[in-house]
Amino acid sequence: MSKEAPERVVDDPNVAMQNSPEFDQLRRKFRTFVFPLTALFLAWYFLFVLLSVFAKDFMGTRVLGNITWGLILGLLQFVSTFTITMVYARWADRVFDPEAEALAQKMGVQQ
Amino acid sequence: MSALLGSAPSLVPAATTVGNPAINIGIFALFVVVTLAIVIRASRNNRSAAEYYAGGRAFTGRQNGIAIAGDYLSAASFLGIAGAIAINGYDGFLYSIGFIVVVGILMIFYVIFGGMKGTTWVQIIKAVLLIIGAAIMTFWVLAKFGLSLSTLLGDATTASQDAGGKDLLQPGLQYKNPVDFISLSMALVLGTAGLPHVLMRFYTVPTSREARRSVVWAIWLIGIFYIFTLILGFGAADLVGAAAIKAAPGGVNSAAPLLAFELGGEILLGIISAVAFATILAVVAGLTITASASLSHDIYNTVVKKGTATPEEEVKVARIAALVLGAIAIVGGIFALGQNIAFLVALAFAIAASANLPTILYSLFWKRFNTRGALWSIYGGLVSAITLIIFSPVVSGKAIDPATGKSPSMLQGVDFHWFPLDNPGIVSIPLGFVLGYIGTVTSKEYNAAKYAEMEVRSLTGHGAETATHH
Repeated sequence: MSKEAPERVVDDPNVAMQNSPEFDQLRRKFRTFVFPLTALFLAWYFLFVLLSVFAKDFMGTRVLGNITWGLILGLLQFVSTFTITMVYARWADRVFDPEAEALAQKMGVQQ
Repeated sequence: MSALLGSAPSLVPAATTVGNPAINIGIFALFVVVTLAIVIRASRNNRSAAEYYAGGRAFTGRQNGIAIAGDYLSAASFLGIAGAIAINGYDGFLYSIGFIVVVGILMIFYVIFGGMKGTTWVQIIKAVLLIIGAAIMTFWVLAKFGLSLSTLLGDATTASQDAGGKDLLQPGLQYKNPVDFISLSMALVLGTAGLPHVLMRFYTVPTSREARRSVVWAIWLIGIFYIFTLILGFGAADLVGAAAIKAAPGGVNSAAPLLAFELGGEILLGIISAVAFATILAVVAGLTITASASLSHDIYNTVVKKGTATPEEEVKVARIAALVLGAIAIVGGIFALGQNIAFLVALAFAIAASANLPTILYSLFWKRFNTRGALWSIYGGLVSAITLIIFSPVVSGKAIDPATGKSPSMLQGVDFHWFPLDNPGIVSIPLGFVLGYIGTVTSKEYNAAKYAEMEVRSLTGHGAETATHH
């Protein structure tokens, strides 16, 4: 992304905003949070899928009474999904939104 | 989930062994009366396009989250009932044409008069009934096993093995081919992000904060519901038994209704059956509003009228589209009777993941993405997913099942399959992404202002439409 000075005269306010360092920082903030988290959850999901397919004996092994590894790992998929959803919503509400709203307000003033 | 839908056969003459049709129909009629009253109330403000398609963007995150859970949970169940009716044979056929027509007409009425607001309320009521019904049955089942999951699992497995069945706790009973299972898993996890009727739900809330709240609600409700179904499945295997389930008119789809009858007799069966009817009604309404909005907004206004249609004209076209689409759905539903539903599930999720998802992700995150990339990715993903399904074992060429004397494929007696997998996702999803990339880099077209507008809007929310106030 370009590091051009925000004072540069551009006809389109969206393009000017897009090229500003504040917006660059906002975008980087979003991506450094969301991309690794997405990669992590996809890897965790496909680990479960691959284990179910290629490690059937392990997944069928009973751990606590009749509860198997497959069931435990499957329920942990639910736990991780709930956790990721809540963590993201909290982060977006508390950290990301205030900065994003500040930039949106700035755009509103410009127009 | 689809299991709940087996309830339809309980109204069929052939299925008089369990249940009381009068109770089922009575509870369903009550649902129809309550939802109709709400739809008529909601229809008072449906004059503008934003009101009609987006419910005035005035729903809260919680309301929309429950409606998303309703939309999501009914996708599978709607298809499940088709299977239940299919297995039901001739008696079911006579009954289900009447059933399809009744549901179809009610659905057209909900969509035309209620718009997005009406359909959202129908969806919310249905989701609440479905989750409460499943919760009651789950705790009932667990109570029978001393609230111990381990005891339930042990008993269910023993019952299955005593009846000559398999150890239910070993993976790989249903999905023998590992690549097929991986392909299905890919389509399910990536396709969910591209289902149009679920995406459109996010227009009904005013802010990104409410949109996120609706996802939190939806994830909890859907997740908890699936945990319930796990317990209900093992409960049905133990208390009803695999043999009794397979022998019932609705086949595997009868598991939940039979379990309901086993636990709570005619009343609980009637409630679960009515919830199943409500589910179909709500999901068909949700799909119809999405399709009619897209026809009137994207095709009529943008393509035909070049953006000059007034909101009143757009809403009028959307209502006519809902009527026509509803009529087509009724006729299509009658013709689809007896078809293999696995075909439709594979199609829906594979198309959503192969044709819609690449364009959504590229548009959000890739500066250079352009029209050719979008066209190649959408058409390439769509055509490859459909082609691979047509030439898959889902459509033709599966070996005849000795138990039923029929091939599990959609078509009997022919074999033109060359694609080895039931689900095309593992090929068509990467293909959609690759075609989007190649299309983009081979075209010089690029609209910097459009991308800037979209990126600024998606990250800051600047320029997003606000809620309508009355």
